[in-house]
Amino acid sequence: MAEMDYWFSDMHTQNVKISIRLAKQLFSGSSEFQRIDVFDSPEFGKFLTSDGNIIFSEKDEFTYDEMIVHVPMAVHPKVQRVLVLGGGDGGVARELSHYEEIKVIDVVEPDNMFVEVCKQYFPDNACGLDDDRVHIYYQDGLKYLRKCEDMYDLIINDVTEPLGHEAGLFTKEFYGSCYKALHDDGIMVYQHGSPFYDEDEESCRAMHRKAYRVFPINRVYQAHIPTCPAGYWLFGFASKKYHPLKDFNPDRWDERNIKTWYYTTHLHKGAFMLPKYVEDLLQEEEDMSR
Amino acid sequence: MNLDRQRKAPVYEALERFRKQRVVPFDVPGHKRGRGNAELVRFLGEQCVGIDVNSMKPLDNLCHPVSVIKEAEELTADAFGAEHAFLMVNGTTSAVQAMVLSSVKHGEKIIMPRNVHKSAINALILCGAVPVYIDPKVDTKLGIPLGMELADVEAAVKANPDAKAILINNPSYYGICSNLQAIVNLAHDNGMKALVDEAHGTHLYFGPNLPLCGMRAGADMAAISMHKSGGSLTQSSILLCGKGANIGYISRIVNLTQTTSASYLLIASLDISRRNLALHGHDSFEKVTGMAKYAREEINDIPGYYAYGHELINGGSIYDFDETKLVVNTRGVGLTGIEVYDLLRDEYDIQMEFGDLSNVMAYISIGDRLQDIERLAGALADIRRLYSKPEQSFFSAEYVTPIVKATPQEAFYAEKESLPIRETVGRISAESVMCYPPGIPIISPGEVVTEEILDYIMTAKEKGCSMQGPESEDISELQVLK
Repeated sequence: MAEMDYWFSDMHTQNVKISIRLAKQLFSGSSEFQRIDVFDSPEFGKFLTSDGNIIFSEKDEFTYDEMIVHVPMAVHPKVQRVLVLGGGDGGVARELSHYEEIKVIDVVEPDNMFVEVCKQYFPDNACGLDDDRVHIYYQDGLKYLRKCEDMYDLIINDVTEPLGHEAGLFTKEFYGSCYKALHDDGIMVYQHGSPFYDEDEESCRAMHRKAYRVFPINRVYQAHIPTCPAGYWLFGFASKKYHPLKDFNPDRWDERNIKTWYYTTHLHKGAFMLPKYVEDLLQEEEDMSR
Repeated sequence: MNLDRQRKAPVYEALERFRKQRVVPFDVPGHKRGRGNAELVRFLGEQCVGIDVNSMKPLDNLCHPVSVIKEAEELTADAFGAEHAFLMVNGTTSAVQAMVLSSVKHGEKIIMPRNVHKSAINALILCGAVPVYIDPKVDTKLGIPLGMELADVEAAVKANPDAKAILINNPSYYGICSNLQAIVNLAHDNGMKALVDEAHGTHLYFGPNLPLCGMRAGADMAAISMHKSGGSLTQSSILLCGKGANIGYISRIVNLTQTTSASYLLIASLDISRRNLALHGHDSFEKVTGMAKYAREEINDIPGYYAYGHELINGGSIYDFDETKLVVNTRGVGLTGIEVYDLLRDEYDIQMEFGDLSNVMAYISIGDRLQDIERLAGALADIRRLYSKPEQSFFSAEYVTPIVKATPQEAFYAEKESLPIRETVGRISAESVMCYPPGIPIISPGEVVTEEILDYIMTAKEKGCSMQGPESEDISELQVLK
């Protein structure tokens, strides 16, 4: 059957877009928070968009789910309680479920419809939410955090869009609330955006500035994700005690025999080696905050 | 209100018709639909500059409306339950001034609370009327001025039976309402006009379970800041008139100071916003009240903050409270309101409406979303975690009883000299000094400078309030009568 000339475009900047040929549209609906669409495509498989921005695709979601989970898990010696903010698709919970020592996985997701859509169209991700240790709270992340003190070993902020309906999870009060919610040796990892295009650079800088002022240890690591702006994505590692490289224990992680497609303990070290321009912009923010 | 008629927006519709006609402009404004100012078009957009046009036959004239503006004014009057409405383009300042100037003349008395907006006192400078001030009660714990007690107004009316009008704030900046119905009745029983400054009260006309509004209480005139809770563009406003108003005379007063080149952007924004309020105002403000209530609960859960609400109502100086106003007392975290205001802006990217010595205020409107409320509550919690200090005693009174020695007009035009501010004790001020916002004078022209007033001014300045009024920009000097 011939393919139609039917394309979806995600504007990465006003002057750059990524276009994906579509096979068909599977879902479209609006909640009080966002418009959600699900498409099927020959190249990326099924993918989900929020207000016209790609959130994840079947083809590349494994990258950030693995990178945002295994990096802190290979550093922290004993994670028992994890908070996932915005992980409504279940991909992060799925990766966490590989770890037996974890007792509680709290997922806070404001949008009920997002979870339902993921369950229906992305069962391979959403199966992560079926784990007995997972509790889903349909709430605003900031509101949930306000009541948390000294509760978690690991907080994962899986929200990617600093200008969207969860903009509150990129603010100073957010980092402060996470600090308060973590145990004394807690780690927080977060989506750090893409530093390449000028219009994304400021929000990338602002995130580092805010985290740097709140946490004693702050490192940034990278991954290659095709549907992200410039195909290049950063993650933040903010920690009260453990350093992502000095306290990294590759042997212990390798013994677990977790099956991955992106993360390896070799890549772990390499991911923290950043391009000069990224190092420079992070350094500038640190110098200004001193 | 005739809902079917309210679906019309005559000025807006006339502008749409006009746009399609592609008329060749050989009149002002000289930018000619933006063609002569490309940079302005890039900034504001073609849509916007395309309707920045002059009064002309198909678009009517605000100075003397006979067609579409007249109809828009009639619809506005109907929507607000008034006899007549003037669309205003010089801010609510001009609406307040029109109320005062059309009610009192030189030497005549007007009764008003001392915490009126500077626009009312400036109107007295223009016309030479004599203010009879009612001391608003002050809640010293919260550090806010309250409403007028009915008994105080009765005493003022008895002592000044020759007064021509009573001016009432409804509500105040802080959401406090006086007993409007009783004061309006008192004014009318004594042959005085009841003028209502509703700069913070547009929503009272539309939302459910909100305090009584001026026109419904039978007031003679009310000044409505549509651009605040009404959603129109900044600087647009409405003057409402009740039964028996002399519309022709009021129109002449309005035209004394009103521009003859009224902006159609402002007029159209009033027209569209009025339609929106008439059709959807009830539901919108129900939502706003709900959001403010939720914010209040969440903030009151954080120790040290107090976001007050209906529990303040005491039957007198707080006869009613406008629940859409979210004012948070910050003394319990050991910070002044202005300090929290600055922290929220500088550290958390949150711009509040104002901060004073004890309170910070968030303006909640139809444009707000629940997730933004979460940010505000989260930021307040974080400020407490990082910046709180032991509770200290702050300078308590927001209001210092004035000693009036000259009318505002006499003081304004008198021979005067400029002195270092600390050397002015005992002299009569020729200037006003206020924190802006809220723009309520701490001292007004004609009042005696006292140590207490200077202490208040200096504390406010030191704490970082934005001070306005005097010619001396840093408020180091004050002009006093010779």
